[in-house]
Amino acid sequence: MSSTAEAVETVEYENVGIPDGKLAIWLFLASEVMLFGTLFTSYIVLRSAAPAWPVGWDVLNVPLATLNTFLLIGSSVTIVMSHSRVQKRDFAGFNTYMAITVLLSFGFLIVKAIEYAAKFNHGIAPSTNIFYSIYFVTTGLHGLHVIGGIGWNLGLLWWAKNGGWDDKLFEGRVEYAGLYWHFVDLVWIFLFPALYLL
Amino acid sequence: MSDHGHELSFWEKYVFSVDHKVIGIQYMITALCFLMIGFGMILIMRWQLAYPGTVIPLIGKLLPATFAPGGILGPTGYNQMGAMHGTIMIFLGIVPLSVGGFGNYVMPIQIGAPDMAFPRMNMMSYWVYLPGGLIMLASFLMPGGAAQSGWTSYPPLSVINPGQTVWLLGMVFLITSSLLGSINFIVTVLNLRAPGMTLWRMPLFTWSQFVTAFLLLLAFPPLEAAAIMQLADRVLHTTFYMPDGLVIAGQASTYAGGGAVLLYQHLFWFLAHPEVYVLILPPFGLISEIIANNTRKPLFGYKEMVYAMMFLGGMSFVVWAHHMFVTGMAPAMANFFLITTMIISVPSVALLTCLILSLKGASIRYNTPMLFALSYLPLFGIGGLTGLPLGLTVTDIYLHDTYYVIGHFHYVVVTGSLMALFGGIYFWFPKMFGRKMDEGLGKLHFWGSVIAMNGIFFPMFIIGMQGQSRRLFDPTAHLHNLIGQPMHVISTLAAIALLVFQIPFIYNFLNSIFRGEKCSDPNPWRATTLDWACPSPPPHGNFAKVPRVYRGPYEYSHPDHKEDFLPQSLEKAEA
Repeated sequence: MSSTAEAVETVEYENVGIPDGKLAIWLFLASEVMLFGTLFTSYIVLRSAAPAWPVGWDVLNVPLATLNTFLLIGSSVTIVMSHSRVQKRDFAGFNTYMAITVLLSFGFLIVKAIEYAAKFNHGIAPSTNIFYSIYFVTTGLHGLHVIGGIGWNLGLLWWAKNGGWDDKLFEGRVEYAGLYWHFVDLVWIFLFPALYLL
Repeated sequence: MSDHGHELSFWEKYVFSVDHKVIGIQYMITALCFLMIGFGMILIMRWQLAYPGTVIPLIGKLLPATFAPGGILGPTGYNQMGAMHGTIMIFLGIVPLSVGGFGNYVMPIQIGAPDMAFPRMNMMSYWVYLPGGLIMLASFLMPGGAAQSGWTSYPPLSVINPGQTVWLLGMVFLITSSLLGSINFIVTVLNLRAPGMTLWRMPLFTWSQFVTAFLLLLAFPPLEAAAIMQLADRVLHTTFYMPDGLVIAGQASTYAGGGAVLLYQHLFWFLAHPEVYVLILPPFGLISEIIANNTRKPLFGYKEMVYAMMFLGGMSFVVWAHHMFVTGMAPAMANFFLITTMIISVPSVALLTCLILSLKGASIRYNTPMLFALSYLPLFGIGGLTGLPLGLTVTDIYLHDTYYVIGHFHYVVVTGSLMALFGGIYFWFPKMFGRKMDEGLGKLHFWGSVIAMNGIFFPMFIIGMQGQSRRLFDPTAHLHNLIGQPMHVISTLAAIALLVFQIPFIYNFLNSIFRGEKCSDPNPWRATTLDWACPSPPPHGNFAKVPRVYRGPYEYSHPDHKEDFLPQSLEKAEA
């Protein structure tokens, strides 16, 4: 129940039994599914219309992307761990696991930057051809989502130290950050085979 | 809320307010201003259509020379205003007025909520919408001017033309705003209903907002993705929409090629068809409230209307390609979209029929809101029925991109949605400001507007069926269009008349806020729903005591009750 409701009167409003925040994050993720779903659909349409299509592993760096996949999966595990530490009221454990999550996400971005830099050094840009248009725009948008997640997780770390740890909304917010982060991870799980392997 | 109970500063109370009622009024006034701006643009265009190549009276000399050299509208200026008229009316006018304005103000009090579920997010939604609108307007000041590829912004034209980047930037703001709003609406409806307000006791207006919020939530992200790709095509020179062998102004394009122009059209209409129902459903909910109230009897088929709205919402995602019948799609595909389009007309007709049957046997109170609601029924009917020939491939091939299309969707959105929204303003004005609007001026506004609107849009059906293209800057340049020229003149004169008849409305609106007849009764229309059970205007938190709901929303003329209305929050009817 929202804080607004309680300020007026402690009364049980009609509800669906899911907290406001959780409902909101799932709705947000539904819209994100539509966003990335559209990009994937565009990829399918453009690829099936193309007379020739480069094979992902010939033109992109598969080992680096594999490393990145493991970094993101690892960070998904650690964010779950940090949530379970919150439930067990283990402040140090939460901080450790959340910090690892953020470090792994930064690792992902660094690897991605190395990949981008290698492409630019070879004179390859988004304008090179339709394959690189898709590659740069989808991975770039995913990268922006990673940056957003890092901001969110750093915010939680800061908030935990500044009064958030004892807030009754804290556990929920860590859980929602986890839901979002899993989604970002999942998008990459689709992007990786679509761009690099198929 | 932390600020509950302490004195709020002016800025907290009226500018950066988190109160859904203040945000609703902010949305409403901003949207009305944008509607006026969009209307001003079309007046300039209509002058050009009726009297091509003549000096625009009054304001012609004031327009910049790049736009209207010597006071005569130039083709670039015409294209810019055409694109911006559509964008402003839809994304900055009607939708913010019906969802941002009425949705924010009325929906929470109709379900007995103290505020939206996320008040701060609600405030942010407005403060993202406003910059989005200002960016759109500011694009006229950019070098090269505003976007000029129509509100649909089809590539490759939109990728090449100047002004489009700012348009895309503005759209990102507007999409973000509607996303924040729609999440908030859904959560509020699901989790913040007063005790006893089950889903099947919600008024139809709340239902319409609920369904609309899902459309906004799920239909806008594809446009966002399409806009991101168009932005990349413009800024990064990617080639999503730029096909092989493209020749621009006699020169081979510098794009790498391999893109698909039709991809954008599919993505755009995947948003824009649900958007049509975003334009229709909330006004439909508004007039359902007004009709139930002024017929003094329960609505015919409340549940059926809710199911029809849900069905409309769902179906609206699978009809989009009927906007694209002439793009050369496979006949099997065209047939699929033809069939879904015919199917979607069934719930639309069902909704309208339920309202018409609600009038049966009623002793109707003909006040101003009711007049607007009654005019909606036949005029929206004309708008809907003229859509059928556009949904059938055979007739659409002839009518596509003619003035007939313009006539059709303006009957839906102007004589339909906008009239309903005007009715809503007259209806909820006492709730919002504690004063009534003047009935005499309201009726003048109604009769003037309804006649002028028909005068504007009906001639378009005629010139459309004569085959005149909707995108011509100067219709008299083609001999075969001269036959339709008197119709353009009628249309333009009616548009000027429509402007004149908005003056009583604007005066009435502003005057009534401060000097209107005081309305001491919080329920001046003797209505049943919860929005009339709280004081006018509702205080912070809306209800002094959380209301309890005992029955459905439209218990008018209940046989066991001595008054002709039985409010939802009244515990029991006396025998």
